[in-house]
Amino acid sequence: MAEAEWIEDGLLRWIVLAPLLSALGTGVALGFVRRTLSPAVVAWVSCLAVLASFALSGVAFARLVGLLGGAVPEDGPRVLVDTLYTWVGSGVGSSAFSADLAFRFDALSAVMCLVVSGVGFLIHLYSVGYMRADERDDGGVPRFFCYLNLFTAAMLVLVLADNLLLMFLGWEGVGLCSTLLIGFWYGENANAYAGAKAFVVNRIGDFGFLVGIVLLFWSMADAGQPAVSFRALEAGFAVIADQSLAIPAWLGGGEIGLPTVIGLCFFLGAVGKSAQLPLYVWLPDAMAGPTPVSALIHAATMVTAGVYMTVRMAFLYEAAPGALLVIAWTGGLTAIFAALLATAQDDIKKVLAYSTISQLGYMFMAVGCGAYTVAIFHLVTHAFFKALLFLAAGAVIVATHHQQDMKQLGGLRKRLPITYVVTLVGVLAICGFPGFSGFFSKDEILTAVFFAHELAGHGVLYWMGVVTAGLTAFYMFRLLFLTFHGRVRLPRGRRGELDDPEDSMMWPLQVLAVLSLLGGIVGVPQFWGDLMEIAQSDSLGIFLATVVPVRDPHGMDAIAVAQGVGLILAASVAGFGVAYLLYLSRPQLFGRIEPVLAWPRYVVASRFWVDELYDLLLVRPLVFLSDRVLYRGIDVFLIDRRLVEGSAVAVRALAENALKHLQSGLAQSYLFMVLAGTVAVLAYLVT
Amino acid sequence: MLGPYVDAYLISWVVFLPFASALGLLLANLVVGFLLRSNGLPKVVWKVTAMVASTLSFLAALLGLWSRFDPEETGYQLVERVEWLPEYGIHYFVGVDGISLVLVLLTTFLVPVALLATWNEIDRWLRSYLFFVLALETAMLGTFVALNLFQFYLLWELMLVPMLFVIGIWGGPRRVQAATKFFLFTVAGSLLMLVGLVVVYRMNFEQGGALNFDLVRAVGTAASGMPLLETVIPAQASETVPWWQTQSWLFGAFAIAFGVKVPLFPLHTWLPDAHVEAPTGGSVILAGVLLKLGAYGFLRFALPLFPDATVEWVPVVVVLSLVGIVYGSLVAMVQRDLKKLVAYSSVAHLGFVMLGIFALNLHGLTGAVLQMVNHGLATGALFVLVGFVYARRRTREIADFGGLARPMPVFACLLGVVVMASIGLPALGGFVGEFLILLGAFGAEPWAAVVATSGVVLAAAYMLWMFRRVVFGPLDKPENRGLIDLDLRERVAVGLLIVPIVWIGVHPSPLLRRIEPSVSVLLQEMELRQSRTALAANASLPESAP
Repeated sequence: MAEAEWIEDGLLRWIVLAPLLSALGTGVALGFVRRTLSPAVVAWVSCLAVLASFALSGVAFARLVGLLGGAVPEDGPRVLVDTLYTWVGSGVGSSAFSADLAFRFDALSAVMCLVVSGVGFLIHLYSVGYMRADERDDGGVPRFFCYLNLFTAAMLVLVLADNLLLMFLGWEGVGLCSTLLIGFWYGENANAYAGAKAFVVNRIGDFGFLVGIVLLFWSMADAGQPAVSFRALEAGFAVIADQSLAIPAWLGGGEIGLPTVIGLCFFLGAVGKSAQLPLYVWLPDAMAGPTPVSALIHAATMVTAGVYMTVRMAFLYEAAPGALLVIAWTGGLTAIFAALLATAQDDIKKVLAYSTISQLGYMFMAVGCGAYTVAIFHLVTHAFFKALLFLAAGAVIVATHHQQDMKQLGGLRKRLPITYVVTLVGVLAICGFPGFSGFFSKDEILTAVFFAHELAGHGVLYWMGVVTAGLTAFYMFRLLFLTFHGRVRLPRGRRGELDDPEDSMMWPLQVLAVLSLLGGIVGVPQFWGDLMEIAQSDSLGIFLATVVPVRDPHGMDAIAVAQGVGLILAASVAGFGVAYLLYLSRPQLFGRIEPVLAWPRYVVASRFWVDELYDLLLVRPLVFLSDRVLYRGIDVFLIDRRLVEGSAVAVRALAENALKHLQSGLAQSYLFMVLAGTVAVLAYLVT
Repeated sequence: MLGPYVDAYLISWVVFLPFASALGLLLANLVVGFLLRSNGLPKVVWKVTAMVASTLSFLAALLGLWSRFDPEETGYQLVERVEWLPEYGIHYFVGVDGISLVLVLLTTFLVPVALLATWNEIDRWLRSYLFFVLALETAMLGTFVALNLFQFYLLWELMLVPMLFVIGIWGGPRRVQAATKFFLFTVAGSLLMLVGLVVVYRMNFEQGGALNFDLVRAVGTAASGMPLLETVIPAQASETVPWWQTQSWLFGAFAIAFGVKVPLFPLHTWLPDAHVEAPTGGSVILAGVLLKLGAYGFLRFALPLFPDATVEWVPVVVVLSLVGIVYGSLVAMVQRDLKKLVAYSSVAHLGFVMLGIFALNLHGLTGAVLQMVNHGLATGALFVLVGFVYARRRTREIADFGGLARPMPVFACLLGVVVMASIGLPALGGFVGEFLILLGAFGAEPWAAVVATSGVVLAAAYMLWMFRRVVFGPLDKPENRGLIDLDLRERVAVGLLIVPIVWIGVHPSPLLRRIEPSVSVLLQEMELRQSRTALAANASLPESAP
C-alpha cells in the first residue's frame, strides 16, 4: 500500500448527523408533544434522514474514487477525513492520549457506509408498513423510529470512526439501541429480559475491547509512539509488531507475541458483538424484537461490526498469527455449531438467527485466513440476502398475525406468491446457488481456507466449512418447504386474509432480492473472471485492497479451486436433497426415521442446554456469592455486626465502668468533645 | 463587572452566600415572628430565598470563578487570605486550582437542583431543614477551597453537624441509628486525622520556627511561617525519628479519615444505611458532594504531604479500590431497595476514583477528578429519580414496581439516560472519566486495570437488571397503574442534571483542560518533596554515623 492522499471533507459529519438529528428531534418531540405527534410524519422523516445519509455516502464515495473533484493519484489511495475537535485528550509527551471526534472515509468504510445506509434505508421503508400492521396499544411507532435512527447514526459512527475510542462510542451506541429495540415491546418480561441479556453479554466482549485499546495504547506509548487513531496506528504499528510478553509460569511459561495478545483482546469484543462461540447466546433471544430490527441490527449491520473491526485492525492481525488461528477456529466451530442448531428450530426467526451466527462464523474463518477483503465481500452479500430473508419472514409474520412456528405454517406459496419468490431468491443466495451472490462469496472463503497453508488444521477447517454448507442448504430448504410448500396448516379461520404485504413493504423486498441475486458481481473472484475473460473481475477486492492488506495466493491452482466449488455444490445439493425428501416429497419417511432421531434431535432442539449451563455455572453462583456471602456474610454480619457493633459494645463496657459521666449519648456532645480536644491539644503545643 | 468587593472576594461570596442568606432568613424569621406574633416568614419565602441564594452562588461560581480561572496558569488562583489567629498560624486562606474549581462548581450546581427536586418533599420543620442545607453547602464549599489545614479540619468536622441533623430529623424510620452510625464512623476517622495533623503541625514548627497551618506559601502576603508543604517529613523511622513522625504512619492517620468518607472498603458500611434513611435532598448531597471530600482530601493533603508513604501504600489502596469496585458491584446486584442499590454502586464508582488517584499519573488523576464530577451528577440524578417514585408510591422496593414505562414514559426515559451515564456509556459523562482512570491504572499497574474493567461488565448487569425490573415488564401491580408522570418541575430538575452529563460526555475538554494542569502540579509537587525528603535523609546520615 502506497502513501495515501488525505483530503479534509466536511461532508462526512452530515452522514452521521442526518439520522442523529432526526432521532433527537423525534425524542424531544416525544417528550413534549407526545399526544399530537403523527406517527406517519415521524416515520417518513426518519426514512428521509437515512436516505439522506445514503445519498451523502454516495457523494463521498464518488469523491473518493475521483468521479467528482479530480482523479485519484496513481500511486496511492485517497482517504477523506473530517475532524471536528479533540474529544478525549490527556497526558503529555510520550504518554499523550488524544482521541479526536473525527471521521474517516476510505474504501473499507465506504463499503460499510453504503451498506449500512442503503440496506438501512430499505429496512426503514419496510418498517413504515410493518409497524403500522403491527401497531400495539401504546402507540410506540415514533419511539421505534427514534431508536432506529439512533441506531443508524451509531452504526455510521462505528464504521466511520477514525480512532479506536470513537469506534467504541459507536460500538456501545449500537449495543444500546439493539437492547432498546429487542425489548421494544417492553410489556412482556421475556422481551425486556432478552434486551438486557444482549447488553450484558455484549459488555463481556466490550471488556476485551477496552482492555485492547488500553493495552495497544500503552504498548505504542512505551515504544515512543502513543496512538489511538487508525492512521497513526497503521503507520507506527511496526515498532511493536515483534515484541512479545512472557507468560507467567503458572500458565505454562514461555512467550506470546504482543500483537497476538492485543488481537485476542479485540477479538473478544468481536465475539460478543458478532455472536460467536461462546458468547452467541444473546442473538437467538434477540429475535424478541420487531422483525425489521432483526433484519437491520441482528443480520445486516450491527452483528457484522465485529468482522468490520477485525478487518479494520488487519494491520495488527497480520502480525498476530496466533490471534488469527483463534479467530479462524472460533469462526469455523461457530459456523458448524450454529448451523447444526438451526436444523432443529421450529421458529422461523430462530432459524434465521442461528443461520446468521453461522454465516458470521464463515466471515471470521475468512479473517482468520488473512482473506480480509473476502470477509467483507461475504459481509456485503450476507447483508443483502439475510436482510431479505428476515424481511420476507416479517411479511409472513404480518400476514399470519404473528405465527412464527413453521409447524403451524405451510402452503403459503400460493397465498403470498411474491414473498415466496423473494424468499426463494434469498434461500438460493445463502446456499450458494451458482451465479447468486452467496455463491461467489462463500466459495471464495472456502478457497481461502483451503489454501491457507500457514494455518494449523486448515484442512479440517475446510471440511467443517463444506459440511456447514450442506447443513445450510438443509435448514434453509427446510424453512422454505415447511413455510411455503405442502398443505396449509393454519386454522381455517385465519386463512382468509393471507396476502402479500402492501407495496411499501414489497419494494424493499424486491430491491433486496435483486441485490441478493446480482450483488455477487461486485466481487466475482478472478478465477471466474479468467474463465469469462474479464480482467479484474473482483472490483470490490481491488477497491478494498487499497486500504486492507491482501495476501498473495500461493499454490492456488484452477483445478483445486474447481474441485472445491464442486465439493461445496455437492454438499449443498445433498442438504437440499435431504430436506426435499424429508419435508416435501416423502413426509412419511420423516415419520419413519423420527423415532431414531428423537434423542439427538431433542439435544439439538434444546440447544445443548448452553443457556441453562451458563445459568447454573455462572449466574446462580454469582448471585449466591453476592447475596449470601458478600452482602449478608461480610457486609451485614462481619463488618457491621461483629466489628462495628462489637467495638461499640466494648466501648460501652468501658464507658459504663470508667467514663460514665462523659457518655451522654448525644452527638452534639461528641462534637463538643472533639473541638475541646482540639483546643486542648493546641494549647499544649503552643505553651 | 461585579464591583470591587465581589471581585476581590469572589471565592468568599460563592462560599458564604448560602450560609449568609440562611442567617438572614433566620434573623428575618425571628423579627417577623416577634412583630407579627406568628410562626415567622411563610415557608415559600424560605424556599424561594434558599433557592435564589444557592442559585446565585452557582452563578457566581460559573460566571465568576470559572471565567476568571486561567487554565494556563498553574497554582492556586483567586486566592484570599485573612489573618485570623496569626500566633497559632490559623488563617482564613482560600484559593482554587482546577481540581477544587470543578468540585466547587459541582457543589453549587447540585444544591439548587436538589432543592428544586425536593421542593415539596419536606413538610415538617421546613425552615430548619433549609437552614441546615444552606449551612452544609457553605461548609462543603469552604472545605473544597481551604488552603489552611486547620480551616479545612474545622469545616470538615462542622460539616457533620448539619448532615447529621438532615439524616436524623428528616430521614426514614431508622434515621437515628443511621445518623449515629454515619457520625461515629466519620468522627472516628477524623480523630485520627486530628492526631496526624497535630504531629505535622509540630514538626513544621520545629523546622520553621513559627506556627503555621498554611498548606502553601501565600503569594504577596508577609510570610508568617513555613508552609506545611515545605516541612520535611521523614519516610523512614530512625534513631532520631520516632515511628509516629514518619510519613507512613501519618499517611495512615489521614487515609483512614478520608477513606471513611470516600468510602473505601471495608469502611463503607455507614453509607448504605445513611442513604436509605436520608431524605432525597440529603442523599443527593451526600452522594454528590460529601463522598468527594474524601477523595479530595487525598488529592489535596495526603498525597502532597506524604508522597513517599503514598507510593508505599499504593498496593494497599489499589487492592482496596479493586475490592470496592467488584464487591460494590456484586452487592449492588442483589439489593432489593433502590436506594441501597445506588449506594453500593457508589462504593464501586468511588473505587474507580481511588484507583485513578493511586495510579499516580496524569491520566488516572485527571480521570479521577472528572469521575468525581460525573458520579456527583449521575448518582445525584439517580437519587432524585428514586425520590420521585418514592414520593408517588411510598416504597423503594424494586419488586413493588414493574412496567412503569407505560404510566410514566418521561420518567422511564430520563432514568434510562441516567442509568446509561452511570454504566459509563460513551457520549455520556461517566465514560470519559472511567476510561481515563483505566488508561492511567493500566499505565501504573496493568493487572489492576484489567480487574477494574470487569467492573464495567458488572455495572451493566446490576444497573440494567434494576432498570428492567422497575421500568419494563408487565404493569401487574394495581397501585402502579394510576401513577402520574413527572411534572414540569421534576422534568426540569432531572433535565438540568442531564445537560452537563451529556456535555461532559461529548466535549470534556473544557474540564480536562482545567483539571490536568493542576494534577500535573500535584505530581510535580510530590516528586519535589520526595527528593527533598531523600536529600534530608542523606544529609542526616553522616551526622548520625560518625
